Amino acid sequence: MKRLFLATTVVALGVTAVFALWITPPRANQGFDAVRLLYLHVPTAWVAYLAFGVTALASALWLFPRTRDTAWDLLAGASAEVGVVFTGLTLVLGSLWGKPTWGTWWEWDARLTTTAILFFLYLGYLALRRTGATAEERGKRSAIAALIAFADVPISYLSVTWWQTLHQQGTVFNEQNKVLIDGTMAFTLIAAVVAFTLLYAYLVLERFQLAQLEEGREARELELAIAERVRADNVEVVPA
Amino acid sequence: MLGRFPALAGADLEVETGEVVLLSGPNGAGKTTLLRLCAGLLPLRAGEAEVLGVDLAVEPRRVRRAVALVGHETFCYDDLTVAENVRFVARSTGHSVEDADAALARVGLQRVADVAHGRLSQGQRRRLSLANALARKPQLLLLDEPHAGLDEHGRDVLEEIVGAAPAENRTVLLASHELDLARRIATREVRVVGGRVHPIPPAAPEPAPSAAELAAAAAVAAQAEARA
Amino acid sequence: MTFFRDALLVAGKDLRIERRSRVALQQIVPFGAIVVVLFAFALDSDPTLLRQAAPGLFWAAVLLAVLLAVGRSFSIEEANRARDGLRLSGLDGGSIFLGKAAAVAVEMFLLEAIVGAAVVVLYDVSIHGVVILVCAAVAATLGLAATGTVYGVLAGGLRARETLVPLLLLPAVMPVMLGATRSFQAALQGAPGDAWPWVQLLVAFAVLAVTAGTVAFGPLLEEA
Repeated sequence: MKRLFLATTVVALGVTAVFALWITPPRANQGFDAVRLLYLHVPTAWVAYLAFGVTALASALWLFPRTRDTAWDLLAGASAEVGVVFTGLTLVLGSLWGKPTWGTWWEWDARLTTTAILFFLYLGYLALRRTGATAEERGKRSAIAALIAFADVPISYLSVTWWQTLHQQGTVFNEQNKVLIDGTMAFTLIAAVVAFTLLYAYLVLERFQLAQLEEGREARELELAIAERVRADNVEVVPA
Repeated sequence: MLGRFPALAGADLEVETGEVVLLSGPNGAGKTTLLRLCAGLLPLRAGEAEVLGVDLAVEPRRVRRAVALVGHETFCYDDLTVAENVRFVARSTGHSVEDADAALARVGLQRVADVAHGRLSQGQRRRLSLANALARKPQLLLLDEPHAGLDEHGRDVLEEIVGAAPAENRTVLLASHELDLARRIATREVRVVGGRVHPIPPAAPEPAPSAAELAAAAAVAAQAEARA
Repeated sequence: MTFFRDALLVAGKDLRIERRSRVALQQIVPFGAIVVVLFAFALDSDPTLLRQAAPGLFWAAVLLAVLLAVGRSFSIEEANRARDGLRLSGLDGGSIFLGKAAAVAVEMFLLEAIVGAAVVVLYDVSIHGVVILVCAAVAATLGLAATGTVYGVLAGGLRARETLVPLLLLPAVMPVMLGATRSFQAALQGAPGDAWPWVQLLVAFAVLAVTAGTVAFGPLLEEA
């Protein structure tokens, strides 16, 4: 089952790569092939935010007593780990695309800046996950941290957008995206988004199963400890 | 739970109002855990606990307000004076400044009322913990190794407080290694070993109680019924 | 209402501790002032640059100082297991939150006044639009104090608390940084109209932060 999934992912990625690298034309204006980076940058950005949404949703499900299950906590963590990688990738790719296009490694436009903030929010969340002593403790604190961060991202996006409209930049970036709506470019972009979503899902699945195994091992160790304790007690002599 | 290991498994305990129950047993047996559980500080992993007629799992805060825990730490702020600390405890549990001052006087710390907590000696801190407990006017008093660090005077204070408990409609659970001193003030003793509670029949002159049962299931139940 | 009375009790406790120990006054405020000097060195004490960047530099200094203030707010609860004492008190989590956040806010107001004066003097800034400055500062500070207190209790008792709180808090309060800086900028440039949207953002953020904290603090204070 998982292998089929992996196969689909690879095929989708392959198709995307073929289209992105060979079939679609380079941007006439720019004269660079840098535009091809967009086929990577947009999907990774999409996945970065998708992963974040999944983490937030899983966190909420864990917090609600009725739906509480360790699995949600593990899913939140797995999604965050995959997400932080994709967020980092988005930033790097954005930078690589920006250098030939804008002339600088970085632009303070709303999307990139918010993605940078998202990156740091992820890092904090993951650092937090590593410090909880028990599963309950970790689950509760990370879940609340994830939800706070989730509420924070749109607020950040809003503020940064306002901020940038003051500078009246960022339209350049938006313009580029608007033009890519026609023809093979559109198809490639969609294919890329689908392929990367599949890749995300596969990676999260792997990481989630790994996390479940880790939890399982801890639970078994716990059971062993209890069993030993109980056995030891039966030998105890009760003073009269 | 202590980290990954269950501290209490198979502990059954029933206590009635006005009793002074001594918890004896080796270190790491689970006495402190049991006390903290009764204070509503620890979450129950399995089983039931009812303290003063209130279900611990459902209304832990109500339990906390009616209970006082005297442990190894004072829960105080080093920069505040003795009086300020006790008054904070009193007022945060819905009692008055007068209750706080009365508690201070009862443990004999009124002379150091204006000394910063950080400068108190060990013995004074132990007595301050007792004052904090009294200021809350608890129905259940939980004492964790109260004799440790107390001087003669302090021990007298402790005995007075515990001795007056039944008259004040107060129940006491006391964990101690000072068995001689503790047995003098306790009405009953149970032994906590390896996370289990084993009742101990009292010494000869008293009539033997009904047969004690050992807990079989992994359940924790502590009941102190408040009978008006 | 006991809820607010209890909050006042907790705030009073924290502020009384501050009055005795004077940590905010003698350590955190000077820290803020030193950061202001630091920025001057960083910008080569270029007067035009400093004057222009003053709003941002001021709020950057305040943000860093908040980290210390929040850290202090929770380190007093570590000694003598005072945190357990708070839980045992049966005080409502929301009350404790409001009290602690309010105390941090009060300390920050004091700090902002002093560090603000330092900025005015050292960066040669002329003050306009005082009303906006005050409104923005109040809203921003409440948002910072509330968010900081939430993360403070969230990371409280954890192993790496001191380094974790800054990492968690700073990305989350970026909107406050933006809002406060831009409103200060607008006010000082004599264009108060531009500032009001930012002030609204700050107020909205503060409301959200206080609400979230009131709800989440109690559960977070518990041991798992």
